[in-house]
Amino acid sequence: MADVTLSPGRRTPLALRYPSVMIFLACLALFTLGVTVLAEGFGIGVISTSFVKTLGKTLCLCLVALAMDLVWGYCGILSLGHMAFFGLGGYAIGMWLMYARTEIIVAESLANQPLPPTPEEISQGIATQIFGVVGSSEFPPIWAFAHSLPLQLAAVVLVPGLLALVFGWLAFRSRVTGVYLSILTQAMTLALSLYLFQNDSGLRGNNGLSGLQNLPGLDHVPQSTVSIWFLWASAFALGAGYVLCAWVVSGKFGSVIRAIRDDEARVRFLGYPVEVYKLFIFTLTAVIAGIAGALYYPQAGIINPAEIAPIASIYLAVWVAIGGRGRLYGAVIGAAFVSLLSTWFTGGQAPDVNLGFYTIEWVNWWTVLLGLSFVAVTLFAPKGIGGLVDLIVDRRSPDRHGADLGPDEGALREKEAER
Amino acid sequence: MNTLLEVSGVSVSFDGFRAINNLSFQIGPQELRAVIGPNGAGKTTFMDIVTGKTRPDEGRVTYGERSQSLLKMSESEIARAGVGRKFQRPTVFEDQSVADNLMMALKKDRGPFAVLAFRPSRADEARVEELAGEIGLAAALHRKAGELSHGQKQWLEIGMLLAQDPQLLLVDEPAAGMTVSEREHTTDILVEAAKTRAVVVVEHDMEFVRRLGCKVTVLHEGSVLAEGSIDHVTSDGKVIEVYLGR
Repeated sequence: MADVTLSPGRRTPLALRYPSVMIFLACLALFTLGVTVLAEGFGIGVISTSFVKTLGKTLCLCLVALAMDLVWGYCGILSLGHMAFFGLGGYAIGMWLMYARTEIIVAESLANQPLPPTPEEISQGIATQIFGVVGSSEFPPIWAFAHSLPLQLAAVVLVPGLLALVFGWLAFRSRVTGVYLSILTQAMTLALSLYLFQNDSGLRGNNGLSGLQNLPGLDHVPQSTVSIWFLWASAFALGAGYVLCAWVVSGKFGSVIRAIRDDEARVRFLGYPVEVYKLFIFTLTAVIAGIAGALYYPQAGIINPAEIAPIASIYLAVWVAIGGRGRLYGAVIGAAFVSLLSTWFTGGQAPDVNLGFYTIEWVNWWTVLLGLSFVAVTLFAPKGIGGLVDLIVDRRSPDRHGADLGPDEGALREKEAER
Repeated sequence: MNTLLEVSGVSVSFDGFRAINNLSFQIGPQELRAVIGPNGAGKTTFMDIVTGKTRPDEGRVTYGERSQSLLKMSESEIARAGVGRKFQRPTVFEDQSVADNLMMALKKDRGPFAVLAFRPSRADEARVEELAGEIGLAAALHRKAGELSHGQKQWLEIGMLLAQDPQLLLVDEPAAGMTVSEREHTTDILVEAAKTRAVVVVEHDMEFVRRLGCKVTVLHEGSVLAEGSIDHVTSDGKVIEVYLGR
């Protein structure tokens, strides 16, 4: 048949080929604009600054969910440790924020002395301020670059990237897959979290890093303005991350990683070095997670080792599952929907339900509700919230008569692929 | 004789069971060969060894003009060196279109960065369409592979192998589950492919093997029992005893 062309519109611009990307970017721009207009910083002040921060943080969570979808939904690697990379990004930026701000405070307090302070005195003062809480007054070696914003920004990308590279290389080279890999990633994030809990880890133990919402040298700028800056930065990062992920999964690379998800062994016999691809995706998503964390924690104001406890990464998987794995907007919808709902329930805003004999307090019962919805989604709507889009857009999917799409444990199940 | 693949003195056991026992096998660069044998004769294990899925306990496997050993190479390296394999059960990527399946198999740089930057040229698209025509799937290019019939999936997998352009093609029971006319088409594709490369076909069906009209190797209990034309091996007393005279 001559009229069947291989790729309808492969020469058409990216925007038209991937309408979902354009729709997403438009929604994101509208949302950011709307919040800016309604917030206190530059607008009419209908939305409180703390809620702007919540929205900004939600955008960062959407970005890390995007990374999770790329590694799990597309490549079939159920990593339950990606929040470790998120946390590392937060720690990397937090070190600079804390150092630089303390430096200004110390310099001011020493300026009144008769003799101008020496650099050693300033450094000593900063160390005492930061590490007094863990009974130390010296900088641990890992703070060597904390004075430099460019170096700590580099660390936001490099530390999660290198950890993922080394961990992934060891795990994938030994062909650890499926549930064993998930357990290994849980162990990684647990080990990291336990290590950071120690006072002598050099990152203030369970106190973590705090005061991160104050930008050094910008004390005169009100938080209402700073929160809008971070909202913009987070929205930009999410938009850029979305385009990057869409680009990665669009072409032949996307074909190969989805093929790895569905039947890894077969991809090897096609000549593709499967382990290298997995390592590439694992490291790339760790870097994205690190960037998301670096934008999240200045809005949260505080980071401590509890943030990278194993449960955090499990929540991440739950968001992606509820939103619909294997589609980028699904991850974003899931993260935004569940985390905002979680904020509402745990913030005490949800009205308690009085059953007469028992009062359901949502602060406590929210986790149970979340767990039940996760089970329900997995059993009855494996395509998640994103699956609703298929009701509008007619998406064809193969009829497999009940069989899974591939023998691998990360493979998409038929229910997820069918209409 | 010029050989492309040489397997010599290879043995492998699983939990004490000798699946392959001192097997030696040779094939030339442009040759069609059928491998037959009863269940458990070691046909699939033989393919596993050549493609790097199973490591033999002893023996040598050398391949290509420079006689490189395949034993130290990973599955993907062996595939890149030019060994293609078709599995017994059709394994295509069901969630992706026929065109995507073929495009993925097309002989190109397999490195992640090259693949990331890859955009199909007109020539690549033409090649994919040509291959789809060869395997009778020209009209199904944009259908998902999972929607195809069993026979069509078998062909798609053969098409993917041809797209890989391997020097050595290992085909495990290509005609399983096919209708008579589909079988004839499959025979034509394989005979055609063997004009430019070596093709090893593992098959149960004697009629299919007869139609291929090539040299036949009979495996039994992990080693070669007989080798020669189909008429030669079917008249061999040992072969009749273990295989045909069941």
